[in-house]
Amino acid sequence: MAGKIKRLLALGAVVLTTAALAWAGSDDQPKASGAPKPVITKAVKGEQCVEPNDFMRRNHMKVLLHHRDETVLEGIRTKKYSLKECINCHASEKTGSVAASKDDFCVSCHSYAAVKIDCFDCHSTKPQGSMAMHPLNAETAHYAHKLAAQANSKISAEEMAGIAQ
Amino acid sequence: MNDMKSMSDNTPGSPERRRFISVATMTAAGVTLAPGVMLIDVAHGRPEEQAASSAVRWGMLVDATKCASGCDECVSACSTENGWTPVAESKHPKQAPQWIRKLELQDPLTQAETNLPMMCQHCEEPPCVDVCPTGASFKRADGIVLVNRHTCIGCRYCMMACPYKARSLVHEPLNDTQKPDVPRGIGCVEACTFCVQKVDRGDGTTACVEACTASGHNALVFGDMNDPESEISKRLRELPTKQVRADLNLNVGVRYHGI
Amino acid sequence: MASITFREVEGSSMKYWLLFGGIGLFVLFGFLSYLYMHHHGHVVTGMDNQIVWGLPHVFAVFLIVAASGALNVASIASVFNKPMYKPLAPLSAILALALMLGGLLVLVLDLGRSDRLIVAMTHFNFKSMFTWNVFLYSGFFALVGIYLWTMLDRNVKAYSKAAGTAAFIWRLTLTTGTGSLFGFLVARELYGTSMLAPMFIIMSFAYGLAIYLMVLVAAYAWTGRPLGDAVMMRLKSLLAVFVAAVLYFVVVYHLTNLYFAKLGSVESFILRDGGIITTLFWVGQIVIGCVVPLVILLSGLGRQRSWIMIASALVILGGIAQMYVTIIGAQAYPLDMFPGMTMKSSFYDGVIHEYSPTMAELFLGLGGVAIALLVTTFAVKVLRLLPANLDDATIAKLEH
Repeated sequence: MAGKIKRLLALGAVVLTTAALAWAGSDDQPKASGAPKPVITKAVKGEQCVEPNDFMRRNHMKVLLHHRDETVLEGIRTKKYSLKECINCHASEKTGSVAASKDDFCVSCHSYAAVKIDCFDCHSTKPQGSMAMHPLNAETAHYAHKLAAQANSKISAEEMAGIAQ
Repeated sequence: MNDMKSMSDNTPGSPERRRFISVATMTAAGVTLAPGVMLIDVAHGRPEEQAASSAVRWGMLVDATKCASGCDECVSACSTENGWTPVAESKHPKQAPQWIRKLELQDPLTQAETNLPMMCQHCEEPPCVDVCPTGASFKRADGIVLVNRHTCIGCRYCMMACPYKARSLVHEPLNDTQKPDVPRGIGCVEACTFCVQKVDRGDGTTACVEACTASGHNALVFGDMNDPESEISKRLRELPTKQVRADLNLNVGVRYHGI
Repeated sequence: MASITFREVEGSSMKYWLLFGGIGLFVLFGFLSYLYMHHHGHVVTGMDNQIVWGLPHVFAVFLIVAASGALNVASIASVFNKPMYKPLAPLSAILALALMLGGLLVLVLDLGRSDRLIVAMTHFNFKSMFTWNVFLYSGFFALVGIYLWTMLDRNVKAYSKAAGTAAFIWRLTLTTGTGSLFGFLVARELYGTSMLAPMFIIMSFAYGLAIYLMVLVAAYAWTGRPLGDAVMMRLKSLLAVFVAAVLYFVVVYHLTNLYFAKLGSVESFILRDGGIITTLFWVGQIVIGCVVPLVILLSGLGRQRSWIMIASALVILGGIAQMYVTIIGAQAYPLDMFPGMTMKSSFYDGVIHEYSPTMAELFLGLGGVAIALLVTTFAVKVLRLLPANLDDATIAKLEH
């Protein structure tokens, strides 16, 4: 009896594994790459990051490090390279955070690259206030001019606000 | 030779030149405005790209004669602003951080009671800064004593050194409950920051002072002690105040009246 | 001068590996305690915002102090040219290194952010006694390491005296630094005195020698090598002098404090009203750590090896009690911010702070002790540290 159950369990395990492998294989990822590619969700607000994407992908840690020392030691709180602003734009719509679930902006890449981030041991992973309710709250109001500039191009401020909602 | 030297000092973008320009601009602004207006401007208007300056020394006046027994508005306001759990709600009260607390003093001989809030005294000569092995504990140019959590290793030597028991270690994970403006984290030491996020924003006040004023007690005043025209400077000139542990000669930034 | 043969301990017996495994088990427990504390944070310890430094620091500081003291036997040989101590020197040096390693590991693994140790190694504030200690500890490893090398390698033997002298001066500086970790603290009544620096030095002499004696006797008994009474009698007399000196410093320290009214209440806390702290002071530090060992060592009992071992063990236990009183006792007494006033608050102002260490802290501390013993046990197996023979005849030849 016990042996039979064991055999059934083993069979079940084999079937499940095969199914999982087949499903994973059906993904449009190249089969050679072992790890799943990071999910890079487009920022909720704004069209363009403070620097070109290529630069930011390689150098975000450098600009953040520089800015962090200026902010903590000297009280310089410019927005351009501030972690808070990264979070304001990049927090996921689903979780409201940049690091709450495995697909969130910061975590997704960092787990792919296997680089530990300890920013969020101390820093909040969420924007100030409830982002969904106030796409342009007091903390993000400085984007207003950007949005206004884009109003006559392809996307309007109202639409941007809509995206955020 | 002399000319060349002065020329190189005045090349565009040199720090000397920039400092001169900013002083000149400030002076020009001061000429056009009434002194009081300009001072408010300084307190509120530090541009975000400008570093905190040693021309300012932030300080606080605590009028213990106005501090009400049983009132802890300042404590809860601090907890709300800075995101630390009030000790009454903590599962580990002895290990819970407290950035500010109400002290009840009594003279055993005369039975006279005194109430006052106690927090980081933002010393000019802070013992916590002296003892910190990594330099994480530091004093900003404007006199605010802070912990740089990026370099704090959690050795707690500063807690051993502080004569005011002002510092706390974060003993447990905070699980993303921090405020975006106030990073805090497990294993690091923390204390009152004079609401540095508000100061840098130009609020010119702190959460505890706002709460005390709102409750009508008016026991707390915050401001620039270097500015002779600021409210705190005026009050400090009128009221006799003391420093706690004045014997240590730390020249603290929090002055008490009525102790 | 007769030459001495140094030989490795064979270390292949069942007994050796049982000892090795037993100590190793405590190292493992220590490491598991660290993982547990690191994962959950200091909330799983008895330490809090009142008792900031706890049992791990008691063990760590004890081991660091004992480490520099363990080097003394070697210093007597090289710096003070006593040929009798020469064969005892290599064990002294390795024990110093091992104890230092154990103590530092406990200290470092207790950090709130032990994962950021690299920060402590790259950011320095030279006004901090802690920073100075980081350099003193590293220098100690380097100098004692070189000293050990000059003792083991015939090619560099000529430099032995120079290396030994450098290590001796360094170890005095190091213990001054350890005492000053507390001596430089202005906030607490029982600290903030230069007395702590020399007191720590004399404590290191006593603790280090007591540990050295126990390890020496154990090593010779378990390997069946002859160890004569000549060595034992010299070392036990030395231990008696050191213990008496510790007692002297403790008495002077507390008498001075008692004389000042402002320190009256904190002294009565330690000496009379402090509950466990008072018990540890009188029973642990004074009776077990000083009085009983002195009676044993100075009376006829001190001629028997087993009694010397008991005295050494008591000095070690008393030393840990002394560290507990020095580190925990000083924090248990509340800060006196408003002299003459009673104080009440939600932050435990004005009340005596209780401390009950958890298993995690205890095993982290014991893990440090275990590391020190494990390193020593392994070192005597792979290096020629122990003379094959230390009987009275061999020693007598050295002295002539």
